Amino acid sequence: MKVSDLSVARGGVPVLSGVSFALEAGEALVLRGPNGAGKTTLLRCIAGLQAPLTGQIEGAEDRVAYAAHADGLKSMLTVRENLSFWAQVFGNVNIAQALDGYALRPLADRLAGTLSAGQKRRLGLARLLVTGRPIWVLDEPTVSLDADAVALFGSALLGHLTAGGSALMATHIDLGVDARVLDISTYRAAPDADLGASDAAFL
Amino acid sequence: MSLWQYANPVKFLALSERVQPVLWALAAVFVSVGLLWGFFGTPDDARQGSTVKIIYLHVPAALMAINAWFMMLVASLIWLIRRHHVSALAAKAAAPVGLVMTLIALVTGAIWGQPMWGTWWAWDPRLTSFLILFLFYLGYIALWQAVEDPDTAADLTSVLCLVGSVFAVLSRYAVQFWNQGLHQGTSIPVATGNRSVADVFFYPLVLAMIGFGLLFLALVVYRTGTEIRLRRTAALRARMNRGA
Amino acid sequence: MKALLLRDLRLALRAGGGFGLGLAFFLTVTMLVPFSVGPEATLLKAIAPGVLWLGALLACLLSLDRLLALDLEDGSLELLLTAPLPLEGALAIKALAHWLTTGLPLVLAAPFLGVMLQLAAPGHLWLLASLALGTPALSVIGMFGAALTVGIKRGGLLLSLLVLPLYIPTLIFGAEVARRGSAGLDASTPLLMLAGLTLAVVALMPFAAAAVLRMGLR
Repeated sequence: MKVSDLSVARGGVPVLSGVSFALEAGEALVLRGPNGAGKTTLLRCIAGLQAPLTGQIEGAEDRVAYAAHADGLKSMLTVRENLSFWAQVFGNVNIAQALDGYALRPLADRLAGTLSAGQKRRLGLARLLVTGRPIWVLDEPTVSLDADAVALFGSALLGHLTAGGSALMATHIDLGVDARVLDISTYRAAPDADLGASDAAFL
Repeated sequence: MSLWQYANPVKFLALSERVQPVLWALAAVFVSVGLLWGFFGTPDDARQGSTVKIIYLHVPAALMAINAWFMMLVASLIWLIRRHHVSALAAKAAAPVGLVMTLIALVTGAIWGQPMWGTWWAWDPRLTSFLILFLFYLGYIALWQAVEDPDTAADLTSVLCLVGSVFAVLSRYAVQFWNQGLHQGTSIPVATGNRSVADVFFYPLVLAMIGFGLLFLALVVYRTGTEIRLRRTAALRARMNRGA
Repeated sequence: MKALLLRDLRLALRAGGGFGLGLAFFLTVTMLVPFSVGPEATLLKAIAPGVLWLGALLACLLSLDRLLALDLEDGSLELLLTAPLPLEGALAIKALAHWLTTGLPLVLAAPFLGVMLQLAAPGHLWLLASLALGTPALSVIGMFGAALTVGIKRGGLLLSLLVLPLYIPTLIFGAEVARRGSAGLDASTPLLMLAGLTLAVVALMPFAAAAVLRMGLR
């Protein structure tokens, strides 16, 4: 996947401009930057949930598995039902690996609504394994995970990378995986930048 | 020189400053001459007596109620296709004017209907269609107010305007199917040229209709200018906060 | 697609899914009508088709704001957008699930409520036919309204305001079928109009709904 000269806006105001990087197979890239720098906006853009102002994103379409703050779980479905729904949507049937990878098998027949926050998060991350997509785009994946669960995520990520997948993450903690770091605060859009954001026409 | 250059908000503002005095003056002249001539310069109708004179308010208002929606439809299409902000804001600015025109048409219709048909309201296809149009205006305005991001609001209201137009036409035919009515035919059928209104009543009516059209235009230009300034203020504020 | 349909049906049937609420609402509203207009049989007979159609329409409206709002809350709507499903198809399927859990029970219950409202005997069949043909349109138009208001906080009331005018043609033709049918008149013209309207709406509205959903979530 390759991103070149990307500018993104939040609420009609440009936040980042000139973002360029490449993500090779088997590589992990961690986005760093203070709160409000535009990490989430950038990730949403790459996941195809919002359009960039300028620039190109190549090789991301239909290859991204996205996970953000909300896990997309239905509390009245069991863990197994939640996972197999997403597996079927992405054209897979096998959820065994995902259940094992995040130690969810003992919880498989519990309703997702009865899980703790950390368990829900594990289920949300297990969803990535059933999508079968090569590029993981993750926004703060380790929120509410304990040390053991972070280790589970770390090994799942390592497995994904060794299998030729790649990952783009906004996270602040060390996952025990070799990852390049991209500090996005250097791409902060100048206050008077005219990048075709919707409010520019009025200035 | 192309017409599209006025789609730039700043250029539009400059133009509207120059055009507005002329528009307001013309609207005032046409509306007042049309109404005064109509009210005082025409004889009472043989059957309807002096009640017929409300036609000088009723017909122009009804005309503009429909044309305002039509203008919003065109402006919405321009926004969706070419993404000119002025177009979206003009549609937003026209909606309350159209709503008031619809209300005037409904109220004057009721006042006229009482002596003529012996009832304030009847579920006649035309009356009902205007009531439905009124509901569409309400929904459109409410959606503009409910969406926080102005561009998203413009997108959503534009699609609502398109879909609403289709359903408004459908409703019009459904209502005709549902009940045949009391209301007289069109006052000035453009296609046939046989008007049902005599010349003495016709000329002031045309003046009043042109006047209402100009008034609508002046109001929309004025209100669009206000919307542009509001957006400009918000944009400047956002830039300022980010610069700080 | 099938997975989505099954998931939505399963969610509607589980506790908290709201299955049966529309039906109970329909029953209650219908029961309130004689209380408000009086128990006189001839009057009830005359207004029964219209009352049943209006009741069914309101019962459909009741559950529209759950159609997409719940999926937005838990994040599954955004995940669906990144999934390899065409959004138009996904929304059509969700509208189908809504019809199966809300519209269809109303259709089946209507003749029984018709008996309570003294609906004339030949009217039952026409009522059933008109509701069966008309309620899918209500679900699909409702999906458009839900997509339009999904990003709006407390959009429920706005949703009703936007959707009700769009329901007018369906209501007019549907109630006309039931009315003419129960009066023993020929109801084939409005029935064909209703069928045509529903087909057009089912074919086109998912596209409009998907378009506004993409705009609203951007």
